[in-house]
Amino acid sequence: MTERLLVAALLLAAAWPAEAATPSGEALYKTYCWQCHGSRGTGHGINAGEHMSVQPRDHTDAKYMAARSDEELFRAIQEGGPAVNKSVLMPPWGGALSDEEISRLVAYLRDLCRCRHGAAP
Amino acid sequence: MARRHLTGLLAGGALLLAVPAAAAVDGRALLEERCASCHDLTGPAPTTVEGVWSRKGPDLFYAGLKYRRDWLVRWLQRPTRIRPAGVYYGNHLRVDAEGHDRVDEASLVRHLALTREEAEAAADALMRLRAKSELVRPGAYQPGRISLSMGDLMFGKFKGCIACHRIEPGYGGLSGPEVYTAWARLNPDWVISFMRNPQAWDPRSLMPRLPLKERDLQRFVHYFKALYEDLQQRGEEEGDHD
Ligand code: HEC
Ligand code: HEC
Ligand code: HEC
Repeated sequence: MTERLLVAALLLAAAWPAEAATPSGEALYKTYCWQCHGSRGTGHGINAGEHMSVQPRDHTDAKYMAARSDEELFRAIQEGGPAVNKSVLMPPWGGALSDEEISRLVAYLRDLCRCRHGAAP
Repeated sequence: MARRHLTGLLAGGALLLAVPAAAAVDGRALLEERCASCHDLTGPAPTTVEGVWSRKGPDLFYAGLKYRRDWLVRWLQRPTRIRPAGVYYGNHLRVDAEGHDRVDEASLVRHLALTREEAEAAADALMRLRAKSELVRPGAYQPGRISLSMGDLMFGKFKGCIACHRIEPGYGGLSGPEVYTAWARLNPDWVISFMRNPQAWDPRSLMPRLPLKERDLQRFVHYFKALYEDLQQRGEEEGDHD
């Protein structure tokens, strides 16, 4: 029994670092968001096009992004467009990403727009 | 074929009669030798984003739950493109003059094709890969119908799936697999399970978990059936593009 517990503990320890390492905001954006927002974050991903009635947001648009609080951005990512009165074409990521990961994405969006809430350059 | 002749010569007619035809190709060995470099045959799916970026083909360790065997046999002999931007899509991008991402077609390779005999053996071996079978309830899909126009509305306006999936050749998003052949390819019971919770199958799936009711799940499968029937009526069959 103790032996089995030990094995379990060892296995857990081995698995832990990989699980615990939260990817950077940039890495998460590349994985999930490029699909629509594009590799430059300007809204021109491979999915953009006429089949989308609303085009993906340009995340480098400092004026627009500065008008959004971090809480609003967090909510848009976690719950999807409709939670902030935007299109369903912006999907909810709460089922795929942890709160920590979403926070990192919000921080990365601030890098992309080089802006913060209420202060466009 | 040549190998079977040899066996026949060596062992004599009696043995040849006793051995079923498919035994000439060892499906499992074929998967290990020719498929494992791109497809994960054992799992589990990657939990890191780096694991997603280095993926060279869809996971096959639950192939026996996911695909229809008859489709596998056909497709493996005459493969067509299913994901317009390949796997992983981020490795198949180029940026055009206007700064828009495009699929870098030149980076997408043609899938290898098998002979009929090999395809049968590979399909048999794939159908035995059934990891995560607890996620699929046999009979979960209840046959039914939906009009194409109602399905289009659900897949587009209401749920936004169109952003990532094509509903006919040349129309729809590019990062996900085309859905107009999904009915021919996939086990409907698996489709229900995957749509309900993609992350249960692949924790780093590029498809978000969308809030879908049981009724929506059923209707989406009806829709995939309607899309495929429509495609067949128009004589386009499975992806004659590529
Ligand atoms: C399926 C395509 C798609 C994907 C994938 C996607 N988005 Fe969006 N996103 C959109 C669309 C379309 C809009 C514009 C919605 C509108 O203006 O009504 C949008 C808007 C946004 C907005 C602006 C919300 C606002 O207040 O105007 C943020 C922030 C955002 N996306 C973040 C992300 C992040 C972060 C990811 C990756 C985790 C992501 N998106 C992935 C399609 C997508
Ligand atoms: C060079 C890498 C590579 C090799 C080797 C390879 N595949 Fe694939 N396979 C892929 C890619 C990439 C796709 C996705 C194609 C698409 O979606 O258009 C794919 C798709 C598939 C699919 C369809 C999966 C789906 O969900 O759409 C099956 C089945 C399959 N491969 C079986 C095999 C078998 C069996 C072998 C060995 C005989 C094999 N593959 C060898 C890269 C490979
Ligand atoms: C952000 C893009 C995105 C959105 C939005 C999306 N999907 Fe997907 N979907 C994918 C990707 C990518 C895959 C391939 C599996 C993977 O990469 O994990 C997939 C796989 C699937 C599959 C399995 C198909 C196959 O051939 O393996 C089905 C069915 C499906 N999606 C249906 C839907 C439905 C229904 C919706 C809307 C409720 C939807 N998807 C919304 C990206 C998306």
